[in-house]
Amino acid sequence: MAEQRTARVELSSGPGRVLVFVYGVFAVAATGRSLVQLGTDADRAPFAYSLSLVAAVIYLVATTCLLLGGRVAWRVAVAACSIEVLGVVGIGILSYVDTELFPDKTVWSHFGQGYGFLPLVLPFLGLAWLRATAPDS
Amino acid sequence: MNDWLAGAVLALTLASAAVAGYLMLRDRLAQDRTFALFAAAEVVLVVQLVVGCVALGTADRDVDGVLFVSYLVGNCLALPIGVFWSLAERSRSGTGVLVVAALTVAALQVRLDTIWSGVGG
Repeated sequence: MAEQRTARVELSSGPGRVLVFVYGVFAVAATGRSLVQLGTDADRAPFAYSLSLVAAVIYLVATTCLLLGGRVAWRVAVAACSIEVLGVVGIGILSYVDTELFPDKTVWSHFGQGYGFLPLVLPFLGLAWLRATAPDS
Repeated sequence: MNDWLAGAVLALTLASAAVAGYLMLRDRLAQDRTFALFAAAEVVLVVQLVVGCVALGTADRDVDGVLFVSYLVGNCLALPIGVFWSLAERSRSGTGVLVVAALTVAALQVRLDTIWSGVGG
């Protein structure tokens, strides 16, 4: 129990505290966005809206892992942030190349332009923080 | 929607962000006066929630209601969550959370006004 507590302090304290808050905001924003999109007008852009949902899940996983802390959560968080990098870069490029796939925007289209490009910066901040808090192997 | 309320929200949240940002740079902890500023912003946000819902009910043009109300509610939640999350760790980073929370509300407010004008989704 005591060990778990130390781990928890590590991931969500210091700069991690700010990171958790930002990830939390994005988790809520992306979840809200995808639910509204899929709930009200799913047929308009099924591909883009599904991607919104994927982004939402990734942010939720990352937020939860940062909050939980510990070795396993750390690994999962690294995976989530890595997928985020691939997602935001991949979708970013795709949204410029194949505009027909994206009749409506997702969190990640145009490299997160609608969110002040924060989605592009966030995973790198996340990975940097995870690197700094890497558990000894 | 009420422009005065929107202006007050922007002014108060940007002022809160500036004060918290200054404290963070000087590595000082936020005290009651700073939290009073956040509380003032929150009061305006709650008023805006009520006024916004009434305005939506009486609006004679197309506004995406679900989206609009979700932004109104989200706007009310961000500051309290940020403040309590910050109070749980009284440190420089804790003050940083205050900055981010205030800026988040300012950004949401800009989006809220866009949604109200019916431009983009």
